[in-house]
Amino acid sequence: MYLFTEIGSNVKNMKQLEYLVLAKQTKKVINELRQGVIKPYTEVIDVCWGDPHRAGIKPLSFVRQVLAACLYPQLLESDKLLVDVRQRAKRLLEACDGGSVGSYSPTTGIPEISQKVSEFIKKRDGGVPSYPENIYISPGSQWSLANILNVLVNPEASLRTGVLTPVPCHITTITSLMGMGAVVIPYYLNEEQGWTLQVEELQRALESVKGVCNPVALYVINPGNPSGLVQSRKSIQEVIQFVSEKRLFLLADEVYQDCVFGETAEFVSYKKVLAELGPPLSDTVELASFHSASKGFMGECGLRAGYVELVNVDPTVMQYIENLFSTFSGAPTLGQIALEVMTNPPQPGDPSYPLYKKEMQQIRTTLVQNVKRVYEVLNSLPGFSCQPVEGGAFAFPTIHLPPKAIQRAKEAGMEPDTFYCLRLVEEAGLLISPGCEFGQKEATYHIRFCIMTPQDTMVEILKRLSNFHTKFVKEFS
Amino acid sequence: MSREATNGVPCGARVLTLDTMNPNVRRVEYAVRGPIVQRAVQIEKELREVTFKTRRPGTTRGVKKPFTEVIKANIGDAHAMGQRPITFFRQVLALCSYPELLEDNKFPEDAKKRARRILDACGGHSLGAYSASQGIECIRQDVARYIERRDGGISSNPDNIYLSTGASDAIVTILKMLVCGEGRDRTGVMISIPQYPLYSAALADLGAVQISYYLEEESCWSLNVTELRRALNEAKQHCKPRVLCIINPGNPTGQVQSRQCIEDVIRFAKEEHLFLMADEVYQDNVYADGCKFHSFKKVLFEMGPEFSSKVEMASFHSTSKCYMGECGFRGGYMEVINMDPQVKAQLTKLVSVRLCPPVPGQALLDLVVNPPQPDEPSYSTFMKERKAVLADLAEKARLTEEIFNTVPGITCNPVQGAMYTFPRIALPQKAIDKAKEQGLVPDMFYCMRLLEEEGICLVPGSGFGQKEGTFHFRMTILPPTEKLKVVLQKIRDFHLKFTQEFS
Repeated sequence: MYLFTEIGSNVKNMKQLEYLVLAKQTKKVINELRQGVIKPYTEVIDVCWGDPHRAGIKPLSFVRQVLAACLYPQLLESDKLLVDVRQRAKRLLEACDGGSVGSYSPTTGIPEISQKVSEFIKKRDGGVPSYPENIYISPGSQWSLANILNVLVNPEASLRTGVLTPVPCHITTITSLMGMGAVVIPYYLNEEQGWTLQVEELQRALESVKGVCNPVALYVINPGNPSGLVQSRKSIQEVIQFVSEKRLFLLADEVYQDCVFGETAEFVSYKKVLAELGPPLSDTVELASFHSASKGFMGECGLRAGYVELVNVDPTVMQYIENLFSTFSGAPTLGQIALEVMTNPPQPGDPSYPLYKKEMQQIRTTLVQNVKRVYEVLNSLPGFSCQPVEGGAFAFPTIHLPPKAIQRAKEAGMEPDTFYCLRLVEEAGLLISPGCEFGQKEATYHIRFCIMTPQDTMVEILKRLSNFHTKFVKEFS
Repeated sequence: MSREATNGVPCGARVLTLDTMNPNVRRVEYAVRGPIVQRAVQIEKELREVTFKTRRPGTTRGVKKPFTEVIKANIGDAHAMGQRPITFFRQVLALCSYPELLEDNKFPEDAKKRARRILDACGGHSLGAYSASQGIECIRQDVARYIERRDGGISSNPDNIYLSTGASDAIVTILKMLVCGEGRDRTGVMISIPQYPLYSAALADLGAVQISYYLEEESCWSLNVTELRRALNEAKQHCKPRVLCIINPGNPTGQVQSRQCIEDVIRFAKEEHLFLMADEVYQDNVYADGCKFHSFKKVLFEMGPEFSSKVEMASFHSTSKCYMGECGFRGGYMEVINMDPQVKAQLTKLVSVRLCPPVPGQALLDLVVNPPQPDEPSYSTFMKERKAVLADLAEKARLTEEIFNTVPGITCNPVQGAMYTFPRIALPQKAIDKAKEQGLVPDMFYCMRLLEEEGICLVPGSGFGQKEGTFHFRMTILPPTEKLKVVLQKIRDFHLKFTQEFS
């Protein structure tokens, strides 16, 4: 008989991840494999998360060498590490209190690193100024997002705070919003048009909640997760106009900005477009943009470092935001170092540059091949249709499920695409995510899997998926 | 002509303002990094400019100060104050970060063995892969075994262990889960005065009711159940008390609770149906003779099944303190005891929002709970380093108490454990009046003056809470011994001067 059964209602209302039931099944399968049970596969391929290292992509050498030298400065004496590695490590250690990566860093990040981040942003945006005081580093971009949402979501208001979020959308953001008691206002991306964002749909979503909640912000993900769309400049302009007219705070999740593969696709930041639009928009639209060391080709998810850059935010409110970051969110030093290397990589002429360039090129070639292969293979298979993956880390194809399978799933009290993924783990040793985890149009089903894998892994993934699908459809015909 | 937008905000006005923002966030204060620290950082900048000026005369005009550096004795950051990391830990972590070093014969075999084991448990054999939100399984198993060893064999289930981004993250997560209800039913959380201000900040952020219980300064900051009862009964009138937080060893007070006291608290929690949160991050930092760390869990189980099967609690630990001092790794864990499985399922949702705790911090935690053994090559160096750090802290604790108690107007309780001293300072009435004139709390006024005149940054007692009409400051005992002696002397001189000035 437990005493503490009552918990905060916001927490109760948070969606439970579909992933949990899949993780449980995967664990069972892995144990069986360990015990020698014969299966049609010898290892489980896990491409459930946007986690390149887990999927088999190797870490970049330079950042790992720098981290090792920062952790164990005796390595600075050795010739084993190239001189630019040692110089970088030395400089970063000097930026740490007491010359150790074990000390706390200042509230919003190590100042030298915030400085480098602001320089990266300025360069990326063709000279649009970026100030370190507006940059807050935290253990991952979702942590920064949660802090900003915490300020925006007013639990004492008579009408609950609402935030417009895309469908489909990265589940952590949704869960985070629910945990704060905010209302999630879904706006549907247009799948047939490659998952584009239509302003009319934003309008519809906003109107649908008139009197129901108080919309204060619009959350966009560019490049998309799971959608894979890289927004056009025009689309970004439309969104900016929309938030200005409707008086919404703009939350731009841009963590996949370095993952752009489409031949014609180009990432341009919300901040840059905002600046290009000039006053009054550039002076008034309140924007928070998020980036992370977890994504891009560096893919250091486990180190936990991300940041938010704030634009046009009320200076008094900034004080409270800073306070929030300083009280609750110290980013680990190693993660901050990874962020520094990401925004300030080896340059031509540096001893480490050739290897860095080679590794980056290899990863880029792999990913470009992967998205091409995914698009071709899946679109040639009956039962799948896949929009082009222009950017991001995932493919998000539609799957057509036989009615009998849908029925069976419902009988089991499960979402049909979760049921599909569960069977996929058991029968094909492939762990991916069901579309219901991210939101999708009624009676449509999708799957999401990470495309940041070695090429032969991707070949294997597609092989297992197509074999399984053929068998599955036959079973439920 | 202005037009109103759909959500009622007139065009031209900001969306996010002081009036529209979450009012809870406005109430969050965290003295450890508050205004005095901001001023200290500013002075450091100014000092750097002075140095700059002397190198290139005629450039940026800095402000001359009667000191050349700011000593930041405000935050429990051992490495910032010169404490060295444990060699073995850093070796393993370097190997994990850059596994090519596994070929390097300069690294000992036991370090390599640990590194391989950790990497085997990581996705893609990389510290850069996400781990499960609850933390890497084999590390949770190692933590459970450590707890069992520490607590004389009382069993610990790895499923009850949640790795976290420092102990703070776990503390806030549990509070977030337990705080519920509206109005008079709003959750009340009992916290000591003085307390570590993360708790008051979290309670403000969550809109929970803070129920303060006073520690007894006269008896070395001990906890009296009578006081707990008083605070609870008063609180029952305006909220629903559900949680009791205790920090042992204490921060800022440094007291190490007696076993009897811990039993009394557990009994009280059971009688009053309170969830117990035991913050034990300083469990290796015990210095005073006759003092011993008793884990709440151990005492709970030794009190028999009537208690051990009923009392619901969470205990917290971290890699930031003790002898490691690795604050920058953000490593930590909590162990939940007797938690309803359905509530645990809710906890799973909350931790998933963080994705996962930093993997290097998890790796470090694994080494802390699984250090070199007597038969391993790194053992003797490890033990030597560990002993040296703790002995050093013990000596500094003793020195601090001794010197402060020689100053008329400063009364210092023994620093039994943790990393801080929280002496009481007598302030002349004129100083109190002057402070009020400047709109400052008296001990803030005192500490600001100390900062401006001596370059020593402490945290005023008001940031931690104290009995009405009393004043304190919190100072860390972390600066190297010789520097600490200088700091203590300077504070002594300052105090005498200050008292004189306002007499």
